Amino acid sequence: MFSRDTWKEIFEAIGKNKLRTFLTGFTVALGIFIFVTLFGMGNGLNNTFDLFFGEDAVNILKIEATQTSLPYAGYKAKRNIEFDNSDLAAIEKDFAPFLDYLTPKISRRNLITYKKNSDFYYTRGVAPGHLLAENSLMMKGRYVNTQDLKDKTKYAVIGRMVEIDLFEGEDAMGKIIDVDGSAFKVVGVFQDEGGDNEERFIYIPYTTRQFLEGNEDEFDDLVVAFRETLGHAGAVKFEKQLLSYLKQRKDISPKDNRAFNVLNFADELKKNQQFAGALQIIISAIAFAVIISGIIGISNIMLFVVKERTKEIGIRKALGATPKSITNTIMLESIFITAIFGFLGMLIGVVVLNAISGETLEEGYFITKPGINVGLAVFVTILLVVCGAVAAFVPARRASKIKPIVALRDE
Amino acid sequence: MIEIKDLHKSYKMGSNSLHVLKGINFKAEKGELVAIMGSSGSGKSTLLNIIGMLDLADTGEYVLDEVPIKNLSETKAAQYRNKFLGFVFQSFNLINYKNAIENVALPLYYQRVGRKERQEKALNYLDKVGLKEWATHLPSELSGGQKQRVAIARAMAAEPKVLLADEPTGALDSKTSYEVMDLIQNINDEGNTILVVTHEEDIAHMCKRIVHLKDGVIVEDKKVEQVRASEYVQ
Repeated sequence: MFSRDTWKEIFEAIGKNKLRTFLTGFTVALGIFIFVTLFGMGNGLNNTFDLFFGEDAVNILKIEATQTSLPYAGYKAKRNIEFDNSDLAAIEKDFAPFLDYLTPKISRRNLITYKKNSDFYYTRGVAPGHLLAENSLMMKGRYVNTQDLKDKTKYAVIGRMVEIDLFEGEDAMGKIIDVDGSAFKVVGVFQDEGGDNEERFIYIPYTTRQFLEGNEDEFDDLVVAFRETLGHAGAVKFEKQLLSYLKQRKDISPKDNRAFNVLNFADELKKNQQFAGALQIIISAIAFAVIISGIIGISNIMLFVVKERTKEIGIRKALGATPKSITNTIMLESIFITAIFGFLGMLIGVVVLNAISGETLEEGYFITKPGINVGLAVFVTILLVVCGAVAAFVPARRASKIKPIVALRDE
Repeated sequence: MIEIKDLHKSYKMGSNSLHVLKGINFKAEKGELVAIMGSSGSGKSTLLNIIGMLDLADTGEYVLDEVPIKNLSETKAAQYRNKFLGFVFQSFNLINYKNAIENVALPLYYQRVGRKERQEKALNYLDKVGLKEWATHLPSELSGGQKQRVAIARAMAAEPKVLLADEPTGALDSKTSYEVMDLIQNINDEGNTILVVTHEEDIAHMCKRIVHLKDGVIVEDKKVEQVRASEYVQ
């Protein structure tokens, strides 16, 4: 079956019918090319999702206090809700076994000035835990610490981009910046994988922010990090418990689902992964449909080839070719064409994926580093051989059934 | 060598069936050169096809070199054809993308003869039909007579027990026909059994025995004085 002569026969047949070899091959190459490209794009989408959520910790609930939507306990609806520092202490006490850390977040847009340079930046009043929530890395100095909270220090931790833009490359450490009229000392510079925008924040102790705004102890956003050991189910349960606890503390109807805006990162991640997964399945289905239409294409062409070569097959049979040897030759021919051109299609697909991979695709279409892994490449290769065999099966059987007497009847 | 007893064959043509062979009894010894004659529709080609195992008889016995030929699977028939029989056709039936030597070597390929031996044998047989210099030419580069000689070389390459020729000169002019018959006579002289289907009287008389078929039965079976084709070839 794999003798040199068999292959010589096959190469002769392929060489003799260049046009149809090309047409068959083109169908396969195109099919595989589309398969690889689509699949690679799908992988790229997945990579983007991973990247988006890989930056921040996922064991996090972001709770934003808004407005009640239902009247309750003598209060009217549309009452503004604010957290206060006593809530922090209470949660810390009552949910201790579930908690990793807690931090309020008070975001403000402020005019920041250093010497002649000034620009608007977002400042965030936070607790030390926020560094973990954002997954930021300290480049220089330190982050906000508990002593800062206690002393309401006017210390600021700035992002890498703030240092570049505002300080124009000068070392920001220890310098004084002006935040809407208050002087803050830069005690740290951080970087963040999440991109430039994440590095344009300025962090200050939340107690300082509260003090600046009139010694209130209120805040809107609460970031809760739960223990990762809770798992997804545990996290969902914890979220429920925490919310009903907060509703009770704030005199909010248990049925009021609008008073708090909750973002559960684990949930979001899971949803997005499911979305990406579903997308990948759809893409795979389309890609498989393309391959199947490719198989049908080859099958058709091979059928035509068998018809065209009926006489030749008849002669071979008269000379002693067994039905099996005819079947083998046609199957091997098909597998060979499929494998070679399929591989070509796969190579072109990989090259194209590499070529289009880059900024525009990332920014515009959320596709990061599209590509296929070795496992898929091996799978596609096996698929090609199987496809070749499947495509040739019907034509090869038909060829093996050709009766030499019919094939040779030429007068 | 060939023994046929009460052979019947009919073809279904729609609702009615066409009885082509109506009880053929025929015997050929080793080394015979038999012409099978008859007008078209007499069943001569059908008989040859059945002897050649390209077609199956409905009833009757067929023994080839003491091997009873019956209940053949496709594979078995192919193997028997390869081992026992050589075919020469009116329209040559060479494979057009293979050159002369490759065409001649093809039956050997199906006999699983090694590559080198195959080439040697093929070249040897091409030499016998006088076409050694044309070994690497494609059929399209050969004349009709040359094509038929390549086909005869191919039929002989497998060293068959019986050579079956279906109108071997049907597509050739008379001069070339005689050249081909000269070749066939030479092969017969070496002791090979040959059956030739023809409707040409002069070709038939170059054989040693003539069998006449009419409407599916043998109406005449006679030995003749062989006319040597070489007399007509310069």
